[in-house]
Amino acid sequence: MPKKENLKKVMVVGSGPIIIGQAAEFDYAGSQACRSLKEEGLEVVLVNSNPATIMTDSHIADRVYIEPLTPEFLEEIISKERPDGLLATLGGQAGLNLAVQLAERGVLEKYGVELLGTPLEAIEKAEDREMFKETMQKLGEPIPESTIVEDVPSAVEFANEIGYPVIVRPAYTMGGTGGGIAENEEELIDIVIKGLNYSMIGQVLIERSVAGWKEIEYEVMRDGNDNCITVCNMENFDPVGVHTGDSIVVAPSQTLTDHEYQMLRSASLRIIRELGIEGGCNAQYALDPNSNKYYVIEVNPRVSRSSALASKATGYPIAKVSAKIAIGYTLDEITNAVTQKTKACFEPALDYCVVKFPRWPFDKFVYADRTLGTQMKATGEVMSIDRHFEGAILKAVRSLEIGVHRLHMDKMDAWDDDRVKKNLARINDERIFVIAEALRRGIATVDEIHAITKIDKWFIHKIKNITDVETTLTSEPLTPKHMLAAKNVGLADVSIAEITGKSVDEIRTTRKSMGILPSYKMVDTCAAEFEAATPYYYSTFRAEQDEVQTSNARKVIVLGSGPIRIGQGVEFDYCSVHSVWALREMGIEAIIINNNPETVSTDFDISDRLYFEPLTTEDVLNIIDKEKPEGVIVQFGGQTAINLAASLQKAGVKVFGTSVDDIDRAEDRERFDEVLTQTQIPRPQGISVTNLEDAITGAANIGYPVMVRPSYVLGGRAMEIVYNEDELRDYMSRAVKVTPDHPVLVDRYMQGTEVEVDGISDGVDVVIPGIMEHVERAGVHSGDSIAVYPPQTLPSKVIYTIIDYTKRLAVALHVKGLLNIQFVVADGEVYIIEVNPRSSRTVPFLSKVTDVKMVNLATRIAMGSTLKELGYKSGLVPPKPYVAVKAPVFSFAKMTDVDIALGPEMKSTGEVMGIDYHYARALYKAIIGSGTNVPTKGCVLFTVADKDKEEMKQLAKAFSELDFQIAATEGTAKTIQSMGIDVEIVGKVHERSSDIIERIKSGKINMVINTLTQGKHSLKDGFKIRRATVEHDIACLTSLDTAWEVLRVLSFMRERRLVYSLAIQDYVGGGDGLA
Amino acid sequence: MKGKLILEDGTVFHGKLLNNIKATGEVVFNTGMTGYQESLTDPSYCRQILTLTYPMVGNYGIADLFMQSRKSFVNGFIIGELCEVGSNWHYETSLADFLTKQGVPCLYDVDTRAVTRKIRSAGTMKGIIVPEDAAKTEIDELFAVPIKKDVVMEVTTPETYTMEAESADAPHVVAMDFGVKQNILKSLHDLGCKLTVVPAHTTAEEVLALSPDGIFLSNGPGDPADVPEIVEEIKKLIGKKPIFGICLGHQLLARSFGAKTYKLKFGHRGCNQPVKNLLTGRVQISSQNHGYAVDEESLKDLPLEVTHINVNDGTVEGMRHKDLPIFSVQYHPEASPGPDDNMYLFDQFWTMLKGE
Repeated sequence: MPKKENLKKVMVVGSGPIIIGQAAEFDYAGSQACRSLKEEGLEVVLVNSNPATIMTDSHIADRVYIEPLTPEFLEEIISKERPDGLLATLGGQAGLNLAVQLAERGVLEKYGVELLGTPLEAIEKAEDREMFKETMQKLGEPIPESTIVEDVPSAVEFANEIGYPVIVRPAYTMGGTGGGIAENEEELIDIVIKGLNYSMIGQVLIERSVAGWKEIEYEVMRDGNDNCITVCNMENFDPVGVHTGDSIVVAPSQTLTDHEYQMLRSASLRIIRELGIEGGCNAQYALDPNSNKYYVIEVNPRVSRSSALASKATGYPIAKVSAKIAIGYTLDEITNAVTQKTKACFEPALDYCVVKFPRWPFDKFVYADRTLGTQMKATGEVMSIDRHFEGAILKAVRSLEIGVHRLHMDKMDAWDDDRVKKNLARINDERIFVIAEALRRGIATVDEIHAITKIDKWFIHKIKNITDVETTLTSEPLTPKHMLAAKNVGLADVSIAEITGKSVDEIRTTRKSMGILPSYKMVDTCAAEFEAATPYYYSTFRAEQDEVQTSNARKVIVLGSGPIRIGQGVEFDYCSVHSVWALREMGIEAIIINNNPETVSTDFDISDRLYFEPLTTEDVLNIIDKEKPEGVIVQFGGQTAINLAASLQKAGVKVFGTSVDDIDRAEDRERFDEVLTQTQIPRPQGISVTNLEDAITGAANIGYPVMVRPSYVLGGRAMEIVYNEDELRDYMSRAVKVTPDHPVLVDRYMQGTEVEVDGISDGVDVVIPGIMEHVERAGVHSGDSIAVYPPQTLPSKVIYTIIDYTKRLAVALHVKGLLNIQFVVADGEVYIIEVNPRSSRTVPFLSKVTDVKMVNLATRIAMGSTLKELGYKSGLVPPKPYVAVKAPVFSFAKMTDVDIALGPEMKSTGEVMGIDYHYARALYKAIIGSGTNVPTKGCVLFTVADKDKEEMKQLAKAFSELDFQIAATEGTAKTIQSMGIDVEIVGKVHERSSDIIERIKSGKINMVINTLTQGKHSLKDGFKIRRATVEHDIACLTSLDTAWEVLRVLSFMRERRLVYSLAIQDYVGGGDGLA
Repeated sequence: MKGKLILEDGTVFHGKLLNNIKATGEVVFNTGMTGYQESLTDPSYCRQILTLTYPMVGNYGIADLFMQSRKSFVNGFIIGELCEVGSNWHYETSLADFLTKQGVPCLYDVDTRAVTRKIRSAGTMKGIIVPEDAAKTEIDELFAVPIKKDVVMEVTTPETYTMEAESADAPHVVAMDFGVKQNILKSLHDLGCKLTVVPAHTTAEEVLALSPDGIFLSNGPGDPADVPEIVEEIKKLIGKKPIFGICLGHQLLARSFGAKTYKLKFGHRGCNQPVKNLLTGRVQISSQNHGYAVDEESLKDLPLEVTHINVNDGTVEGMRHKDLPIFSVQYHPEASPGPDDNMYLFDQFWTMLKGE
């Protein structure tokens, strides 16, 4: 029973799609909140547009609406569900903004909905710049002095008043250009002049710079009875200047005295009390490294990314407790879920060191600016735990999956000392590796590095401890003493092997024979003061006692999917969690290994035992040595887990599900060709070449356009479509290094419809829950395409063929569990593009819309069950009478310098779903939900490649018929004019310096349809146009297929009611069917 | 050099020994994540072997500013990593140098979580710190060393001293020093009080002769039952002046009314103990360091009422006299180390001093 007795039904708002800055942490928070409310007997209504989440599972809330997170849709749902309360502080900034909008529109009042948790005034006080300033001044809490100026003298005057350095931020510019830090008047004048120019409204903000100060965060909780506690504090390795989401962070703080710790803690309590927050809150400070002076940088009046991190770092479930507070409980009434004995009203005591390391998308966006600053760029993060910093930082580095296993990057071996030194001053994703390199070479002292980077010496000393041991290992024999020293600073076996020139197996065997083994310790919120019930563990080599009690029950390890990155998102965490649940249903103990603090899988009450550890062969094998499970399941943890399958099997570990050999048969091109020959399934013609000449001859034989990709990625754009020999030559010289060891694959590019299938097989039967048709033709990465279930245009003959091919492949590959296949349909023929014998990105989406428990079935099959036993027959599950559309969501606004044009390389960070009985409305919901700013009137600019002009004509005509004005660049315009359509000709970017850009800036162009044109000018022009659309939030469609579907939505918008909502339970339950 | 901690029940934990100084003492643990210097110099740890659960110690070095008494009274220090190079603008010397200078036996690189788990389940017990290769006779000798009981006499100020107030008509508080922490004196002084700090063995007559406006009973080490003579003096002070007691002072005050105290299994030592104020319903986080507690049952027929309880285990954390201006708390409102949530208690005392 909730303490607030009027509450019967509560609506929870999720955070929507995953974007940079708002990731899986809100799935974790939201799921925890829903479960926490349900256990109080409340009816829970959930709204979230993101289908890849656990929280949108139908068993997490009583009513789940996968609908766009807009005020219109929320009002519709409120009017229907009539909840008593609304909980929005767990849905990130998106959720918070919606709550504010609903309140401002009077929706909450109209329907008598109480805003639960933090009151609106508190949100405003924290979010509104002026109100925040006033509140802090009233409290006497210092915030960095700032002012807005419109001319240089005012800037100088203000800077003289507060003192240098100052930060200059131009208001409203593209991607934050034109700002900077001024150390003196001369620099200030220079930057302000530029900044005023860049700013669209001629204003710049001048703010005291605290760059270089320590950045410290506190997670604070407050209940309605004014009880306040801090859950944890965190110290950033990177001083102020780098966004906290892009900083390496440790918990608890390491270099603060008790006095400093308590000073900022007390400030946090004063702030949360003054704001009147009920629930969780995050406060960030800049602390002068040379005095007691500090500034409050930011306060988030809600559960945040840092809250998820703090929850995992301490074991204190912030979201769960926040939800209980929202329905009236006080902290001393809520049980500490970890100890089951003590209460939530206490402050966790850590007896370990936690490190968070961001995961950046620079491996995918190789041309992006890697500089780190105030704009967050990381897509995800890893967390690690050890008894000391050295161990924790190295575990974090291993968890990143960026091809490094210690603080060493191979490429830096080629750098001369000068270059290493120069790079110390660069604030980017590689800085910590540069620091280690400088220490390793002995070319900079701790003091010198501190002077350049302002990183606290304590951290630099710790890195030096690691490199010192490395140095010893290079020169002295690997005695037990040195082996122990290496493990004591956290070096992995693979690192020791690399340094000593021995094999990993040899190191592992030697180490074990020396009796040097890890111990496992518990995360228990209380530093062992109380006995705890949490099965949440980490390893350390610096301990005498292992406290994990393993059992003799049947047990299986599920490997998680690591950090969120482009191409491997929250979907795989969804799958891992469901696999764990399936095992537990079967009465098998499920053990999970993962390192992502944002996720549901690393919540301590999901599995029987959680090991928060890197997903590497050594770390996993150590746990296997300890637990002795029956085996491991690798098919749900994305490529992370699949990549471990072979080495685990080699070490004698049983891999459940599809065999390692069969996985290889699907992944190895030559072996896969054999499978295709055997099953008589066609694929686009292709060859593997090892030199340029062969590539040219081969491509000519296949016929342009061809799809080219390296079997080994050097760092260029990995996959491209090339239309002629020149482009092929360019690609071969620029993007790949072709050698006999690293062949390049040249495939025929088939411009057909792409179709994706997920199936479940036991090696005999194959169940296909659904088929998804992509809107964008082949050539756009499947993760970036709009996918439609069920297919809307495929003839039944094609569907039959797809079912047949899927069966043949599943049987031929002896699949035991999930498989995902991508097809291309061209001229009525079905070709296979690729097979992944594992869970895929579309599994959560498909599970939800088809109501087939895909992961549960796959887990049971992997454990030996058959589809027959489970009551399933081979074949396609009959399509549902509704349509579900999955649309990609991008984070381009955060990544300047990244081209937004869709292509074979995936660029999206998240996805949304639209579901409805009408295809067009489902599409509308998906497009609106994805945040695409679709205009209903105004001007559409066309600028397309020659090859697309014919098709574009019809599109322009259709837009014109919907009363849109049409504008186009010269060549495109001619084609449009030939249709007798009025078109305004605009100059190309390089011709009339900024014509198009100016129009976009001034709002005269409302949508852009642009396809990629090759050639020096065109490429550059196109890029500038596309980036301008991002900065000005204008829809830019780079595929004509997408444009056609947007057009369909626009027509639909004129005829039908747009806002109409049903819960997922209604759709799958068949209720309210023909509304 | 290699060393070890041996507990009374024979359990051994290994580590490295700083300076080859051996020790005997009662092994206790503290869960605070910061404030190692404040704890090391808290006289309440006199004759104890202090184990810190936080595994990295010495990160910000040592500074004179944070001393809680004239020296460290601990009998031994058990920690995980001993940080060699501290980093903070307050840094004056390294923790290792401080320990060496103070002659504190220190065993480091110890699995302190394992030690804590042992103490948690088996209770506080005697232990010794010795070199790894210590002979059995040496070990037996160290265990034979009794843990001194007259710890209050060891830590109290040898002589009376005064801390003058800024204003001439400031209330005068006599603080009975049973092992007082500097920040308590500072907190009282910051209120505006004139302070006279007297040794523990000062008689009631002597205290009253100083014509105080209020009396403060300080924290300190050991079992309150071991100092009945002090309890006798406190009895004589009741009803004469407002009294405020902290920690040992709280226990002695309770005993002076005839209440009982008892030994906790492993005590409360840390910076995160939740205390509920029964008068307001509010919970505050407190800094604690005590191995004994006041028996709630024994307060029943006394003119005392419980004002604060521990949210974790329900033990008495504070009490007041039903009629007289007398109150006390088991925990440390002065913090250092720990949160300053409870500074309001000093204000409460101030109100009493002012007779408001």
